[in-house]
Amino acid sequence: MADICKVIQSGTLESSDIMITISPARKDSGIFIELESNVAMQYGDAIRATINQTLAEFGVKNIQIKAVDRGALDCTIRARMLTALSRAGITLNGELF
Amino acid sequence: MDLRRTLLFIPGNNPGMLQNGGVLGADAVILDLEDAVAPLEKDSARILVAHALRNVDYGTCETVVRINPLDTFAHDDIATIVPCRPKALLIPKVQSAADIKVAVELMEKAERPGQEPVKIIALLETPRGLAEAYSIACADSRIVALALGAEDYTASIGAQRTSSGIEILTARSLVLNAAAAAGIQALDTPFTDANDETGLLADTQLARQLGFSGKLTINPRQIDIIHSVLNPDTKDISWAERVIKAIKVAAAEGSGVASLEGKMVDAPIVARAERILIMAQRVGLKGAAQ
Repeated sequence: MADICKVIQSGTLESSDIMITISPARKDSGIFIELESNVAMQYGDAIRATINQTLAEFGVKNIQIKAVDRGALDCTIRARMLTALSRAGITLNGELF
Repeated sequence: MDLRRTLLFIPGNNPGMLQNGGVLGADAVILDLEDAVAPLEKDSARILVAHALRNVDYGTCETVVRINPLDTFAHDDIATIVPCRPKALLIPKVQSAADIKVAVELMEKAERPGQEPVKIIALLETPRGLAEAYSIACADSRIVALALGAEDYTASIGAQRTSSGIEILTARSLVLNAAAAAGIQALDTPFTDANDETGLLADTQLARQLGFSGKLTINPRQIDIIHSVLNPDTKDISWAERVIKAIKVAAAEGSGVASLEGKMVDAPIVARAERILIMAQRVGLKGAAQ
């Protein structure tokens, strides 16, 4: 179980990237994802699923996430999520995949 | 024989370029964690490159990762990148065989059981690194090439880079000789003006004349020009085929030495001819001489 205590950003707004901003949330408030993407209609669920899966792996249950997608591949979304979590103080244990 | 005519640098924190790096026609891509990445984004690029290695299909393009120098972020780079099975690491600012030993220890620790050993290309870009070129080239069996980084080197010796490249002639020769003595490939420094195609052509022709068989590449537009110079031409292929034919005839007659158009054909000439034919076959030019 991990708590996020500060606002953290990773990624960029360049094409094929995604900018992730994570912020703390109150206990038991759950996971809130605000997604902005030109392909949200087609891939919104998949992007949310990747974000949720990454959070689940590290036991993050309360968090606010803003994701601004510029057409990122799934592996890029995951990489940017891992970077954000790592910057928030969560140990990745070298098991990134 | 590994085919490394062009090794194209791809910025390690740019997903768009990372995902397209394999389709640009270079023989190898260098996913760059060093100079192309700002200090505060090293963590981000490291994780992104690791994911690119696991998920992007680079086809026949050899995957090389330029890590950070051993006295900065190299330990984290190696621990994260090596398990993702790049073909090679490009280690910058190598100064001595001891540097290679340190890198190899870290790589052995990071490799997973059964993993094919990751190769090493040593980037020589300091006066000491060039002075130690041969011992670096022989430091470990993982080393497959020495590469010259002329920008840092000329800054270190106080020289100015010029289009003629006279100021790096000694450095180029040191890299070539050390690599040849160790039986590994020598890779030339990049030509840094991506808009000067004439300059790139002349610089690559000089590199080839000196003995380089590959060149670090900073822009996809440079790839075709470098290949056009480093590929054997029809004249080379025709000569190589005649050499091989002549030596075969001589061997059938019980002689180890042949003659071709009045010139002696002995073992070094045969070796050169064989290299040309192997290269021609690898780049799809075999038969072009007929």
